[in-house]
Amino acid sequence: MRQPHYALVVNPVVCDGSGVCAELLPEYVRLDPWGYPIFQAGEIAPHLVEHARRAVRSCPRLALTLVKLDTSVARQ
Amino acid sequence: MNPSAILLGAASNGKALWYLTRATGIVALVLLTGTVVIGVVASVGWTTERWPRFLSQTVHRNLSLFCLGFVAVHVVSTVSDGYVPIGLTDAFVPFLSPYRPLWVGLGALAFDLLLAVMITSALRHRIGFSAWRFVHWLAYLCWPIAMFHSLGSGSDTSLTLVLVIDALCTAAVLFAVIWRALSGRTFALGRRVAAVVGAGIISLAMVVFAAFGPLRPGWSHRAGSSTAVRAQVADKSAAPTTSSALLGSSAPVPAAGVVPPTLFTFSERAGANQ
Amino acid sequence: MTATSLRISSGSGDPQRSTRTPPVGAERLLLGLPQSGEPVGLIQHLDQWGTLPLWRKSSFIDELDGSGLRGHGGGWFPVGVKWRSVRRAALRRPVVVANGAEGEPASAKDRLLVRQLPHLVLDGAVLAASSVGATEVIVYVPSSSVAGMKRAAEERLRRGLDPCGIDVVAAPDRFLAGQESAVVNTINGQPSARPSFVTLRTVRERGVNGRPTLVQNVESLAHVSLIARFGADWFRRVGTERSPGTALLTVTGRWPEPRIVEVPLGVRLGDILGLGPDATRSIAGVLLGGYGGGWVATDEAMAQPLTEEAARDVGSSIGAGVVALLPHDVCPLLEVSRVARYLEGEGAGQCGPCVNGLGVLADALELLATQPGRLRNGISAIPKLCGLVEGRGACRHPDGVARFVRTALRVFENHTSLHLQRGPCHSTAPPFLPLPPARRRSTR
Repeated sequence: MRQPHYALVVNPVVCDGSGVCAELLPEYVRLDPWGYPIFQAGEIAPHLVEHARRAVRSCPRLALTLVKLDTSVARQ
Repeated sequence: MNPSAILLGAASNGKALWYLTRATGIVALVLLTGTVVIGVVASVGWTTERWPRFLSQTVHRNLSLFCLGFVAVHVVSTVSDGYVPIGLTDAFVPFLSPYRPLWVGLGALAFDLLLAVMITSALRHRIGFSAWRFVHWLAYLCWPIAMFHSLGSGSDTSLTLVLVIDALCTAAVLFAVIWRALSGRTFALGRRVAAVVGAGIISLAMVVFAAFGPLRPGWSHRAGSSTAVRAQVADKSAAPTTSSALLGSSAPVPAAGVVPPTLFTFSERAGANQ
Repeated sequence: MTATSLRISSGSGDPQRSTRTPPVGAERLLLGLPQSGEPVGLIQHLDQWGTLPLWRKSSFIDELDGSGLRGHGGGWFPVGVKWRSVRRAALRRPVVVANGAEGEPASAKDRLLVRQLPHLVLDGAVLAASSVGATEVIVYVPSSSVAGMKRAAEERLRRGLDPCGIDVVAAPDRFLAGQESAVVNTINGQPSARPSFVTLRTVRERGVNGRPTLVQNVESLAHVSLIARFGADWFRRVGTERSPGTALLTVTGRWPEPRIVEVPLGVRLGDILGLGPDATRSIAGVLLGGYGGGWVATDEAMAQPLTEEAARDVGSSIGAGVVALLPHDVCPLLEVSRVARYLEGEGAGQCGPCVNGLGVLADALELLATQPGRLRNGISAIPKLCGLVEGRGACRHPDGVARFVRTALRVFENHTSLHLQRGPCHSTAPPFLPLPPARRRSTR
């Protein structure tokens, strides 16, 4: 059974640049000069998915969603 | 008197529950204050290298859980304490208690608000941000209600230690509200000014109320318990307490009308602290 | 009634095609357009084109697939695929929106269609409704065109022409008014044309009143109404395999006044515009697509066939059909900075990276045009800013600005070097690219 791949998606309308996601998942999230998140391309490393879930729960504006990637997309 | 003797005396007199109610009530108030202050720290996004934002979030949540725990014990001990006629429903439905209905009722109200805030926070992702935020603002209402509850129905209001705690808590929350108002750029200036002014007025009201209410003699008579309840409570303090009767202690059965020299009588508890 | 009628045979075997002669050549939508600017009324329209043939729902979507028609609103997305996805999403009854908002200042083709050829558009919209199972058509046009569109709808109502209702809604006067989710949000009652973040659920699933919504550009619907009459094979007689048919272009800078022309896709732009190899002497660069499109070097633009594929190969797009030929006496960097400032103000103001990034980008471009000596970090700051805003908004507005700016720096590289080495060129030519007059920003 292949493990699903995940990525983070942020709703830019709702995001207010609090930066909690970057604190909780620095390996995958960095902040632009104005405090808004930039995600690395591709999927989240499997051992970090739990941390990504925590980041989604902790976002003060509920701006994050964890999406399951189609494996063919993830390989690109 | 050594502590174990006090405790034994309290247990044999059925006062343990009352001590527990008082203590957990004050601790819960302090924890609620801490929750509100850390909540503001989280919401204004104050952060240092050693104190990230997620830490404010976590501490805020943990303090609120501790607070809920202490409130739960506070409720259970009050309800179990047969000395005052407060039932379990009075902990949730405000203003129906025969004993100091207004002040106990405020406690129930504060408890309801606390539960609402905490349950909606647990279900945040399901109910959506706007609904969650609307209920969460009620926390600013919950705190002063809890404070007035403490001032009005608490037995220790005039103790110096408690006065100091109350003053520090009030100052902390006032500070937090001002900080929050100053940082809330997204809100209109009018709203923020109103928030600070409102907080100031409420704090002043607390001080004035305390000064003319619980800190003046005879508060237990003015605290709104019906005459029947006051008489009932007075009778209880005149008769031997339940637990001592159960224990079959050698405490003397007093003659009718004579108040026995127990550690505290209920009406005297309040009276002694005026 | 035309004297001769041709029976068109088609693969679908649908017998109810138009008995009119199908147009030959590139003049299709604009065939018979009165030069006076008068709208074509219903009687005149039916006289010229005949009544709209009846199609079975699913068979017309197949015909659209066969025609290869792509959307003319800017996205160039295959129309048949779009209609099919709305039809499939329809657990609730869908809604069709004819999008004539045309927020692009340099484009005027949609305004022409809406004002002068409303029935071509409405035919297409009504056919879309019956194909996807909608009973409601909403026509979304600038407020100045509402009255005329309402009259056209009333004409049809009086004749009992359509099985569905036609409502007309005014579009706000904003650049993003025509953006798909902004269209839906405006119709749903929100002011000031704000897009939504639709990655997780598109308007095709949940749009107007929460129902699946087909938002289609008015030019696309006009082409649809002719495909319905003359078939997919006829449509493909002009154009290329992947970019078939004709397109309306708004051309600025070729003639004294901007002009709308209907051109066959796949023909070289130089041939369309009647410009030879010496075009480079008078034209500094060509803007293709609009203010979210891309600049192309003049010789490249003139030589390549006008198809969406060729345009994308050079980093641009046919987009909204804007073709602007920049003369040499205008400073291109000044033009780019003017437009960038305009685009900054036209953002919805919802997304941090876009709000901040477009502002800094416009500042940098302004410095490059007027005070290049003060541009810190040299020229590299600008592509970096483009990279910071691309893909980070709820809509493609920042991506469009980034493309507009990146391609400008590439096409006007020499001019940029001159600015950096010698200072601003102090061109005194009047502004070239059209922008609406500055107006007071309403608070968001």
